[in-house]
Amino acid sequence: MAETNLALKQQPQINLIVRMAALVAGWFVAYNLIQPLANWITFSLLGLQKGSQLGDAVAFFLYDVPKILLLLSGMIFLISIIRTFFSPERTRALLGGKRQGIGNVLAAMLGIVTPFCSCSAVPLFIGFVESGIPLGVTFSFLIAAPLINEVAVIMLLGLFGWKVAGLYIFTGLVISIVSGMVIGRLKLERYVEDFVWQMQASGGIEGEKLTWSDRIQRAWESVKEIVGKVWLYVVIGIAVGAFIHGFVPESALAGIMGKQAWWSVPAAVLLGIPLYSNAAGIIPVVGALIEKGASVGTALAFMMAVVGLSLPETIILRRVLKPQLIAVFIGTVAIAIIITGYLFNLIM
Amino acid sequence: MLNVKILGSGCANCKRLEATTRKVVETLGIEAQIEKVTDYAEIMKYPILSTPGLVVNEKLVSGGRIPSEKEIADWLTA
Repeated sequence: MAETNLALKQQPQINLIVRMAALVAGWFVAYNLIQPLANWITFSLLGLQKGSQLGDAVAFFLYDVPKILLLLSGMIFLISIIRTFFSPERTRALLGGKRQGIGNVLAAMLGIVTPFCSCSAVPLFIGFVESGIPLGVTFSFLIAAPLINEVAVIMLLGLFGWKVAGLYIFTGLVISIVSGMVIGRLKLERYVEDFVWQMQASGGIEGEKLTWSDRIQRAWESVKEIVGKVWLYVVIGIAVGAFIHGFVPESALAGIMGKQAWWSVPAAVLLGIPLYSNAAGIIPVVGALIEKGASVGTALAFMMAVVGLSLPETIILRRVLKPQLIAVFIGTVAIAIIITGYLFNLIM
Repeated sequence: MLNVKILGSGCANCKRLEATTRKVVETLGIEAQIEKVTDYAEIMKYPILSTPGLVVNEKLVSGGRIPSEKEIADWLTA
């Protein structure tokens, strides 16, 4: 009797594990079927010529779209599970009492794992600054959070491999840390809107107790939300990328986006700042540009400027920052990205 | 009569939280006054770090996420 009772109690837990295992297995099977399926549809079903421009473009598109969407779903699920262990409240507590320097490093790293939406930038900024976290440390967080976002890293992983993805995370961290430290050193507190200083530091709501099935539920919700939001950008981005892949001649871009053109890095950043797109749409295009002779540093700088410095977020931050501080913020990050672009062009 | 406030500057998640809350209120048949708070100075009077936030009778019950219908129902009937 005792045994059956125990078994009954464990039932939901076991169910959960079995379902997760089935999901993971199904994911791997699907992932490995994409390449043969894409080839079969392109060359057998549609009867396109191997090596022809159209055939290459179609095979590329049919392979990359499901691959990236599968990668996005799987990885966002994992990342969302990790994120259920973090919250802005916990991050603020961890950053409390930290000095410049070590605080900037910690803030940039927490920027990656803390769930954050740019529409929350204002309450978060006020909450951080009010609780005594230095301005520069707060900025390290606010720069890292959108720049090193999960969609960007996963897309890089899927299209360029783990080395480029790792390098992106690393340089993103360095940019966030250094820019935050520079802003901290400049002592710009007077350029924060006055009402921010008059607010009471608030406590934040207490952390909730989550079970594993809660965490899985939350992660699943965010997969649906994020993939639902970006899938169209992925499809369009890869379609443009596939077109460039198939039809633009090799090294067509070497002259204007190659290493020789020294001005291309700042030009790419200036072009990227007002452009508002998400990583999902921009990365496949950037990938195709690199293939056709654009240098990696220039392409990466362009991507970072598009993803990390977005006009909508700046407009939101204008509510709490005076124009001078907004200008310093954009200027510092832009310069950091330009330096990164040159550095990549130099070493790669 | 319950007083319910949705805190948020009008982003997509705030609208979804409002829709979910209205749905729960309707299903439960509770008399509630639902108010949208979009002014940051007002929002920051509650202990919130990320939007959207849900306030029931002046008490902040959730922040930074969209709770499930069941959770919202629990808070409304508590």
